[in-house]
Amino acid sequence: MSVAAIGNYHHASHDSAARFSDPLLYVAWDEHMMFAAPVVLALSPDTTFEHLKAKVLHKLYGEHPDFKLIDWARVQWFRGDVMFTPKMDKSLADHGFGHKSVLRFRTPGLEGLRGSCG
Amino acid sequence: MDKRVEKKKLDIASRYAAMSHDLHWDTTYQTADKVYPFARYEGLQIHDWKKWEDPFHMTLDVWWRQQGEKERRLYAVMDAFAQNNGQIGVSDARYINAVKLVLQVFSPLKYTLHRAFAHAARNMPGDAMRIATLLQASEELRHSQLEVHAASVYNKYFNGMHDTPRWHEQAWYLAPAKSFAEDAATAGPFELLVAISFGFDSLLSDTLFVPAMSGAAHNGDLSMVPASFSSQADTARHKALGIATVKFLLQQDPANAAIVQRWVDKWFWRSFRLMPLVAMLQDYMLPKRISSFKEAWNEFVESPVTELFAELAPYGLQLPAGWQQACDAKDHLSHQAWNMFYGYGQAVAFHTWVPEPDELNWLDRKYPDSFDRWYRPRLAYYAQREATGHRYYNRALPMQCQVCQQPMMFTEQGAPRWIAYRNTQHAGEAFHFCSDHCEHIFAHEPEKYVQAKLPSHEILHAQRADSVADPLQASLAAIGVDTARDTGEFKHSEDAQNFETWGGGQDMKEAQL
Repeated sequence: MSVAAIGNYHHASHDSAARFSDPLLYVAWDEHMMFAAPVVLALSPDTTFEHLKAKVLHKLYGEHPDFKLIDWARVQWFRGDVMFTPKMDKSLADHGFGHKSVLRFRTPGLEGLRGSCG
Repeated sequence: MDKRVEKKKLDIASRYAAMSHDLHWDTTYQTADKVYPFARYEGLQIHDWKKWEDPFHMTLDVWWRQQGEKERRLYAVMDAFAQNNGQIGVSDARYINAVKLVLQVFSPLKYTLHRAFAHAARNMPGDAMRIATLLQASEELRHSQLEVHAASVYNKYFNGMHDTPRWHEQAWYLAPAKSFAEDAATAGPFELLVAISFGFDSLLSDTLFVPAMSGAAHNGDLSMVPASFSSQADTARHKALGIATVKFLLQQDPANAAIVQRWVDKWFWRSFRLMPLVAMLQDYMLPKRISSFKEAWNEFVESPVTELFAELAPYGLQLPAGWQQACDAKDHLSHQAWNMFYGYGQAVAFHTWVPEPDELNWLDRKYPDSFDRWYRPRLAYYAQREATGHRYYNRALPMQCQVCQQPMMFTEQGAPRWIAYRNTQHAGEAFHFCSDHCEHIFAHEPEKYVQAKLPSHEILHAQRADSVADPLQASLAAIGVDTARDTGEFKHSEDAQNFETWGGGQDMKEAQL
């Protein structure tokens, strides 16, 4: 549908990829709502999953008591709601992540503070 | 000599006609369409403007007198409160944060609505509706001012109130309220009326008056009480106007029903997305509790709104699309909102805390189906960290819904384990939403919402993400928030220390013993 208006109503998107030096990536650790909402980062598309795991996720989520218990071999990764298996030496772009993609990861067996998803 | 004839006083109906319909004139040297350029483009069919009347038959002279009387009474109470150092007599300094929230969220929002209604009043082609809209414009302004006056006594003694209009414009966590008001203000005049007088005032505004009025009174705040009391009298009228307007639009032409239904769906949901703030105000921020948000929702929303829509069913109007989902969320809303604000406590201009043990038990009693299972463990962990000197703060920028601009903190209906994600592609770009209903709002007018300035994105655009340790807090400092004084844990705040030094809250404690 289009906007009902008294004149021409054409506006470009405010947050298109061109506005940012790096694409925006949304990140969430499922079932861990001590981090109340997914977060948004501006991250180079060349970032590898190894770097992401060791640096980015550690910085974001490292202080959660579950974080050091994560068995990374069992982690389930999602691009939006589609599960995939990342190659750790490959980049976000290699795995099809673009501007405003969502990266979620799930850690079976770890369900937040006392199982509360907190 | 002629005898002077005393003019007979008009009865109410005649005076209303004289002061509304009779003020109308038809344009002569310009077409009506040019004088009222916003009258038709929303697509409504209106055949007879004379059919709309203010159910209260309010006219400017009566309005003037009534508001004047209310004003005299409430300023007498507010002055007495200030002169008697009433700020020391409130239940607990935590309560002041409820005042801050009202001042940051709702008072500036009402100011925007004042401007919106003034614009609608200028452009409303129906005479009686124009008068009513003009009065509502004046009232929105008055309510905004009253709250500022009522809070000014606290501003002298407590932090976090010194520049609230600016924060409302720019603070990341106030974006949902700003966006709500601006969405309504940039809609056509009829959508505005349905949005605010019906969507917010008729359906949900009572939930705000419970904490703002009963809650304030219960916590010894006799400054905000008369202000809220005075506003509520007006809002009761706005509700009636909203309902009268919706009925009028539906009666004028059967083709209007689809448009009105879409607006009702949209504005119920947009109003509902302000409810997290109201819910946590009531469940977490009132040290002396009255009732839970869930109880208020049941009594003031669920029952009356169901009855109202039964009454509107013959006109072809159904309950809003998000109704059931909203009702189901009442067990979770306040807890999810407080969890979010507590975590981001370093980057909001009011204080946050973990409730005391007896307060946690109260929450459990009020929310037996959700609190212990999902929310208490988080609070227990936060309390434990705070006690060992490691207060938890979340320093990452939250993802926000493209439409309501709330952080994406809401869970799937019936599944509090999973955050709800919705997304769509528009012109080759991804857009994300917190719910089906926000997605539907976007889908109808994508060009409106692609312009949204989502605070997290604005911060990322302005700052190098990795160059600032706490970009959210830095964004507040940049707009005049004193982050050392205005933000963070309540226990260590200057507010708490001062209140203690002044012997605050003693009267109420003694009264309890």
